[in-house]
Amino acid sequence: MALIEFTKRGIYCKQGDFYVDPWWPVDYAVTTHGHSDHVRFGNKYYLCHTLTKPIIKRRISEDLNIETLGYGESITRNGVNISFFPAGHIIGSAQVRLEYKGEICVISGDYKIEDDGITTPFEPVKCHSFVSESTFGLPVYKWQKQEIVFNGIRSWVHDNINQQKTSVLIAYSLGKAQRLVKNLAGDIPIYVHNSIANLNEVIMEAGVNLPKTIRITPETTKDELQKGIVIVPPAMRDSRWIKNLSHPVTGICSGWMQVRAHRRWQSADAGFALSDHADWPGLMAAITATGAEKVYVTHGFTAAFSRFLNDEGIEAAEVLTRFGQEDDEENKVDLVDQNENK
Amino acid sequence: MKRFAQLIQQLELSNKTNDKIAALVNYFNYADDKDKVWVIALFTGKKPKRPIKSALLKYWAINITRTPEWLFSESYANVGDLSETIALLLPPAENTSDFQLHTWIEELHNLEGKDDETKKEFILSAWNKLETQERFIFNKLISGNFRIGVSNKMLVNALAKQSSLDSAQIMHSIMGKWNPYEITFHELINGIHVNTDNSWPYPFCLAYALEQAPEKLGDISEWQAEWKWDGIRGQIVKRNGELFIWSRGEELVTDQFPELHFMIGVLPDGVVLDGEILAVQDKQVLSFSTLQQRLNRKTISKKQLEDAPIVFFVYDILEYEAKDFREEPLSARRKILEQLMGGLDGSPVMISPVINCSSWDELAGLRQTSRSINSEGIMLKKLTSHYHSGRKRGDWWKWKINPYTVDAVMIYAQKGSGRRANFFTDYTFAVRDGENLVTIAKAYSGLTDKEIKEVNSFVTRNAIEKFGPVRTVKPELVFEIAFEGIAESKRHKAGLALRFPRILRWRKDKKADEINTLEDLRQLLQSTL
Repeated sequence: MALIEFTKRGIYCKQGDFYVDPWWPVDYAVTTHGHSDHVRFGNKYYLCHTLTKPIIKRRISEDLNIETLGYGESITRNGVNISFFPAGHIIGSAQVRLEYKGEICVISGDYKIEDDGITTPFEPVKCHSFVSESTFGLPVYKWQKQEIVFNGIRSWVHDNINQQKTSVLIAYSLGKAQRLVKNLAGDIPIYVHNSIANLNEVIMEAGVNLPKTIRITPETTKDELQKGIVIVPPAMRDSRWIKNLSHPVTGICSGWMQVRAHRRWQSADAGFALSDHADWPGLMAAITATGAEKVYVTHGFTAAFSRFLNDEGIEAAEVLTRFGQEDDEENKVDLVDQNENK
Repeated sequence: MKRFAQLIQQLELSNKTNDKIAALVNYFNYADDKDKVWVIALFTGKKPKRPIKSALLKYWAINITRTPEWLFSESYANVGDLSETIALLLPPAENTSDFQLHTWIEELHNLEGKDDETKKEFILSAWNKLETQERFIFNKLISGNFRIGVSNKMLVNALAKQSSLDSAQIMHSIMGKWNPYEITFHELINGIHVNTDNSWPYPFCLAYALEQAPEKLGDISEWQAEWKWDGIRGQIVKRNGELFIWSRGEELVTDQFPELHFMIGVLPDGVVLDGEILAVQDKQVLSFSTLQQRLNRKTISKKQLEDAPIVFFVYDILEYEAKDFREEPLSARRKILEQLMGGLDGSPVMISPVINCSSWDELAGLRQTSRSINSEGIMLKKLTSHYHSGRKRGDWWKWKINPYTVDAVMIYAQKGSGRRANFFTDYTFAVRDGENLVTIAKAYSGLTDKEIKEVNSFVTRNAIEKFGPVRTVKPELVFEIAFEGIAESKRHKAGLALRFPRILRWRKDKKADEINTLEDLRQLLQSTL
C-alpha cells in the first residue's frame, strides 16, 4: 500500500493519519514551509520546521498548536517516521521524509537547488517515491547564477540613483524579500515595507542573521527613498504610494521574468529572473539524486514535466492540486502577486 | 550587438512613448553609424537577406539540446516566440563576441548560397558566443520581425530629436527607396536619395463625436453633411511632378495603392487633397475588413488588387496652385475641389458626396440608413470652418450610429500570442438556440488587463475540454458584444455572421439564461435585408 494518497484536502498519509500541506482544515498538518498556499488556518495540530513556527504564528495566528523539528530530526506518528530535510526554498522550508516499514516517500514542498546565501541549502534525500513541484518544469527555464542577477539589480539601482529615479523592487514579503536584503546589502540603504520589516523581525528573533534594513514610516522622505533601494510586497505594486515617489521605477524579481511575454505583461520597468524554485536542470538533478522509482509531479507544468520523466524512464504521474496544474494560470497570473514568490 | 540587444529590451519594457523615444535617441547618440542604418531598416520592415529557414534553426536547436519535439512545442506555447524559445533552450554560451549588429547581418548575408553544413556550423558557433538576449536578436534577424511597438512615427521623432532635422523630411527619407547594405546613416536621414521638399503633408483636421442633439448646432443650412466612411484617412500630395500618399498615421503609403498613381498625370502641381481610402466595388463601399487585406503590405499581388480594389474619396483641398488653402472657408474649398475633380467621374479618385437635407429630422432619418452603404454615420462640417490642425471642438463633428449589441455567453477560450501568450484572451461566444448554444462570434480585446486576468482564472478553473490550445468552458460568463453589421453566412453554423464583433463589456449582472437567442439575431438580419 502506498504511503501517500492525493485527496481533496491534500496529500494524505493513511498509515500515519496526517496530511502534508492540506488545503482544508485537518487534525494534523505537516507543513513544508510558511507560504500561504502550503499552510492554512484551522488545523488542530501543525508540525513544521523550527524556523517556520514563528513565521506561521505571525502570519496565521499566535494561537496554534505547533510541534517543530530541526533538519535531520524525526518523530514517529502512528508508526510512520517523519523527518525534515532542507528544501532550500525559503527560510525554514523543509522536505518531508516519511518512512514506514522500509518504504520511504519524500514530499519536497517547493524547493530550489542554488544556495541563496540565507536559506539552508537543498539536500537530496534517497527515497522510493518523490513528490516534486514543477513550477518551472520547462527547459526554457534555466537560471543564471544569482550573483549575475544581483549584479544586474545593483547596476539597475545605480543607474536609477544617478538619474534621480527611485528603485522599487517588488518581492514577496516572505522569502524573496529576505533574499534580496541579504544579497543587496552594502553601501546603499535598503528601505522595506512594514509587512517585510515585521517578518524580518520575526526571522531575526528566531536567530537568523539579516543585514540592517530601514522600516518605511510616514516620516521617511522621498529623497531618502530615492537614494536607497525600496522593497515592497506585490500588493503594493500599483499603489498610489509608489506613484507618489520621486520618479519611481519598478523591478520585479521572479523566475517568470525569464520570458519576454511575462515581462511585458507585468508592465514593470524591469524584470529580474530570480526564483526560489528549481529551474529545469535543477528539477532533473534533484529527481535523479533521490533515486526515486516513482515521481509525483505537482504545482506547475505537471503534464509536460511528467511526460518528459516517463520518456526518460522515470515513472512519473501528474498530480492535480488545488493550486497549480499546468493550466491553472493562477500560478502564473498571480505568480508575481503570490505564487512565484512563495 | 549588445547595445542593440539592450535597446530592444528597453523598448519592450516601456509602455510610454516618451521613454521609448528617449531609449531610441540614446541609442542613436552612441551606436555605430552602420548599425543605425540597420536599426532603421529593421524597424521599418526592411528585412536583411535571410539565407536560413527558421525550420532549420528549430531543427538544429532541438538536435543539439536533445529536446523532444513535443517538449519544444510546449515550451514554444509558453514563451510565445520561436526565436526566443530557441535562445532560452540553448545551453549557456561558452564564448563571447564583440561583433556589431551590421557585422552579424553581413556575415549572415555571406552565407547565401553555402551548403547547409556550412550554415549549421556558422549558426552553432554564433549561438555559442551570444548571451540569451543577443541570441534572441540574432535568431530574429534570420527568422522574424522586430514587432516591438515602435511605429515609423516614433522612430522618426527619435531621429528628428537626435539629428535636429525636420520629422516630415526624415519620414519621407526613410520611407523612400534605399538599400541598407549601401547607404550611410548621414545620407539616409538627410534624404539625399529623395527630394523631401515635394512631399510635405499637412496635419489632419479631426472631429469630435457629437454628444448633443444636432439641433443645438443651429440651422442646418450652415452645415455641410457628408457620410462618415470607415477607411484609411489619407492625403494625396502632388508637387513638382511627384506624387505622395500619406496615411493619417503620418506614414507614406504611396506604394501600397498603385490605383491612385494615375493622379500624377491628372493633378496639377501644388495640390494637396484630404480624403479616405476605401475598398469600393461597383460603386459600393465595401467593409473595412476588405480594405484590411490591402494594408501594411510591402508588395501587393494582382489578386489583392482585384479582390480589394480601392478608391480615394476626397473630402477637402488643403493646397491649390502651391498655396496653403486651409484658412479659406470650407464652402470656398469645396467649390475649388468640385471644379478640380469634375472630370474624374468613374476613376478611383472621387469626391465624397454632400448630403442635401433641409432639416435635422430628415438628416437623422438618413443617418439611420448609414449601414446600408457601409457608412459609420454622418460628418457635420460648418461651412465657414477653416481646416484646423488636429482636433478642435465646434466646427467639425462626427455623428456616428450606435453599434448593434447582443448578450452572449463565452463557451471557448484560447490563449493569445506575444504579450498575452500565457493568458486566455481570445473568446468564442454563443447565443441560445432552443436547448442548445450556437456560436456566433469570436472576439478578443475590449477587456482591461485586470478583467483578462479574472476571465483567465475562470477559464482555468472551469475548463471542460481541451482541444489543442482551445478550452471549452462552462457557459457562465455573459458579455455584451458590439458589432457593426450582420450578414447571412453559410460557413457559420448559426447561418449568420457578425461584422467587427468586439467585447463591449462584461455583464457580470447577467446569468447565462438571460442571453439573446439565435431568433433575435435572425430577426435583426431580416430587418437589415
